[in-house]
Amino acid sequence: MGILLDAVEKGTLFNVVGKRVPRVDAAEKATGQAVYVDDISFPHMLYGKVLRSPLAHARIKKVDVSRALRLPGVKVAISAQDLPDTRHGPFIYDTPVLARGKVLYVGDPVAAVAAVDEDTALEALALIDVEYEELVPVFDTDFAMSPEAPLLHENQEAYIKTFKAIQKGNICSRTTFIEGDVEEALKRSDYVFEDSFTTQMVQQTPIETNGTVAAYDISGRLTLWTSTQAPHLMQIRISDGLLIPINKIRVIGLRTGGGFGGKVEPKTQIIAAALAQRAGKPVKLVLTRKEEFTATSPRHSSKITVKSGVSREGKILARTIKAVYDTGAYADDGPGIAGFGGMMSLGPYKIPSYRIDSYCVYTNKMGCGAFRGFGNPQAAFATESHMDMVAERIGIDPVEFRLKNVLRNGDLSVGGIPMPSVGVKECLEKTAKAAGWGKSLGKNRGMGVACLQHISGVLSSSAIVRINGDGTATVFTGAIDIGQGSDTTLTQIAAEELGLPMEAVGIVAADTASTPYNWAVTASRITRTNGNAVRLAAADAKRQILELAARFLDVTPEELQIMEGQITVKGSPERTLKMHDIGGISHWATRGPIIGNASVMVEGHKYDPEKVKGFPFGTMAGFVFGSHIVEVEVDESTGRVQVVDAVAAHDVGKAVNPTGVEGQIQGGLVQGLGYALFEEIVYDEKGKVINDTMLDYKIPTALDAPHITPLIVEETDPGGPFGAKGVGEPTLVGTAPAIANAVKRATGIRIKDLPLSMEKLWREMKKL
Amino acid sequence: MKTTVCFFLNGEKQVVKVEPSRTLLDVIRKDLGLTGTKKGCGDGDCGGCTVLIDGMPYNSCLVLIPKVEGKEVTTIEGLAENGQMHPIQQAFVNHGAIQCGFCTPGMIMSAKYILNANPKPTEKEIRQGISGNLCRCTGYQKIVEAIGSLAGKEV
Repeated sequence: MGILLDAVEKGTLFNVVGKRVPRVDAAEKATGQAVYVDDISFPHMLYGKVLRSPLAHARIKKVDVSRALRLPGVKVAISAQDLPDTRHGPFIYDTPVLARGKVLYVGDPVAAVAAVDEDTALEALALIDVEYEELVPVFDTDFAMSPEAPLLHENQEAYIKTFKAIQKGNICSRTTFIEGDVEEALKRSDYVFEDSFTTQMVQQTPIETNGTVAAYDISGRLTLWTSTQAPHLMQIRISDGLLIPINKIRVIGLRTGGGFGGKVEPKTQIIAAALAQRAGKPVKLVLTRKEEFTATSPRHSSKITVKSGVSREGKILARTIKAVYDTGAYADDGPGIAGFGGMMSLGPYKIPSYRIDSYCVYTNKMGCGAFRGFGNPQAAFATESHMDMVAERIGIDPVEFRLKNVLRNGDLSVGGIPMPSVGVKECLEKTAKAAGWGKSLGKNRGMGVACLQHISGVLSSSAIVRINGDGTATVFTGAIDIGQGSDTTLTQIAAEELGLPMEAVGIVAADTASTPYNWAVTASRITRTNGNAVRLAAADAKRQILELAARFLDVTPEELQIMEGQITVKGSPERTLKMHDIGGISHWATRGPIIGNASVMVEGHKYDPEKVKGFPFGTMAGFVFGSHIVEVEVDESTGRVQVVDAVAAHDVGKAVNPTGVEGQIQGGLVQGLGYALFEEIVYDEKGKVINDTMLDYKIPTALDAPHITPLIVEETDPGGPFGAKGVGEPTLVGTAPAIANAVKRATGIRIKDLPLSMEKLWREMKKL
Repeated sequence: MKTTVCFFLNGEKQVVKVEPSRTLLDVIRKDLGLTGTKKGCGDGDCGGCTVLIDGMPYNSCLVLIPKVEGKEVTTIEGLAENGQMHPIQQAFVNHGAIQCGFCTPGMIMSAKYILNANPKPTEKEIRQGISGNLCRCTGYQKIVEAIGSLAGKEV
């Protein structure tokens, strides 16, 4: 901690951190040289395809692949009976590689083939005979939670769980947070208000769909080239799914064309591996856009009821939350999402008494998972809409109401974790000033605000920094750059710590055969959590450099410094060694090559088991904050909402690359705009997705996106590298409630159910 | 029944003998090995596969290969010269307009058309010009700024 604080205090001395450096991967991407999974092919490579369930809930009576196998060009055809009887998952091991016993949604993988080309593989799918016995489908969480509902996972008690899951019927997990006597606090409040909200299922929609090329060799070694957010996590899932030891699985993360949570858990990897095991040839399995929309892991729809007790002065005294997250057929990250969404549902406010109950419920839709925000976008839509509704009822300006209640440095999170750096007040004040909060707006225009909190430190990472023979350095990290810019920021962090210019540091990211463990690129955790590992590994290498240099310069290591690749005696600039010399000496003369390494784990805080129940995570850190203000114009005749201006401030601790931070803010806000206004996966009454193309599932275009002013707030985190926290996910969290609040102020209409579609608003406006 | 199609790809003459039902995108990527052009949907919705045909932007996933007979096709690989990035590519790098990079090749091809057709586009015109190219990462603003920075310059 001492070293970190020291560097934070020397913030003005940074050479590389805080600079607007171009991304290290930009040129290859600008020229088409970057290699993504579908750009890879091998001689004699086969093409994989998946047969998916046409029914939402059914027992599988028979699967017969023999006719498919007889089709010329088909090399492999498999169903669950050809695979080990396993289930896998991040929290609850409920997901088979191919459907076993039952299918649980339209799109559930039932069988898979590998053939010489895609057309043959598709033809083979049509030759697979499957007999189903239809069961009563469960599409709604209210029905799912009722005693009449059929159980989706009949054997769920037997599933392996990574935490003490509180389960009942189709409720796969329930998380509770309690603080103080909430009933008493509600009684003593001057006002009590309760509002209910719903949010819809939305899909990550990376422009590159999920895909994998898998190869299996004669020694039983499996190699995957894949589009993923988590090569090391993928090793574990493949190992669990196919019972192959981790040391025989190599996962190479290629350039990943967007993830947003949708490429954390396996989509193609285990099936491709299973096909390759049997094919003896590499197999490519890339999802079609239709599969991406119908059989991946979108954001959970939710139903959330918020109740707040408020004093006459506008202080929130108590809050209760009941949140139900619809996780679909498989739990995936659902228990974590429902739990974390619950944890975030107080917002960035100090509320002394609360009770939060968050449920994760199975239904016969595709299994929902992580999508930028991890349960927080749903919670924030409900609670930040509610904040405005309360402010209006008690007659306080929404910004002022929030300012009266915001968290401060040292306050405790839900669950009791101390938060040393809390920049929410500054974010809110900055956005209000930049947006001109309170100024008069034109007809049909309104401005809306929302605040947010999130985390950026959780679980473990490791890093290696090697000093090369010429004195340059190479960082080895298990964190993959999925577009968020980690290759660049981690390079900056290593360069800063080593005293090297950016160009003298290379990075190797995310090949499990050569880079050390990182849990996953998720939870906005790479800058802070992986950044700590990289910084400590660089510091370890630097210590070794200085020890070696001290021997040649006849001083102690403490008397030395490294600046711009030169090692000099402090106060005697003429006594120097070049990094080049250290590289050469260590490789060819004495000591041996220098390798720095570090492992980190976010740990320490223990939850009180009386206050926190059924929460699947250990401690968290790097709490981040933000505020969004948007201005909307509503078309009276159509109900169309155009966001005409947006200001977003985010407390990122220290912006390692300000251009990258701005890009995250702008990109997240526009994703939030799509979530607010028009994105929605729509199911028909049989449980089939009806809008499975990018024409029917519309994501924002350049014409939908407003001009966005990104504001960076730097409330440095003593536990982050150079004070840095994260920024990826929170940039989306505040947008939808800010838009809903702006629409209310423009039209007088409060929409409590996302998306805030033209049709919905038009119908409400007609009622006025 | 295969057909022979002759066209120019980034200035080089190509003669391919392929099924006429094949798309330009598929032939460029699989038969000719230029994988810089990306397939995001295959339905003509995302713009990831945008190439220029005789200077006009097309979703190459919707163009059947016989349609390019005798035409000049330019892909992302055709822009850099002598190891130097094209000014549009350089502007995208300098402005932080690239994140995951998957939409970037198509986006840059659309940018080239916009700037060739209208050397001094307004912000609105740039946004209209790239509205057929979906990007899920950037929120478009840095892309718009990158293209705008080239207004009035030779591209």
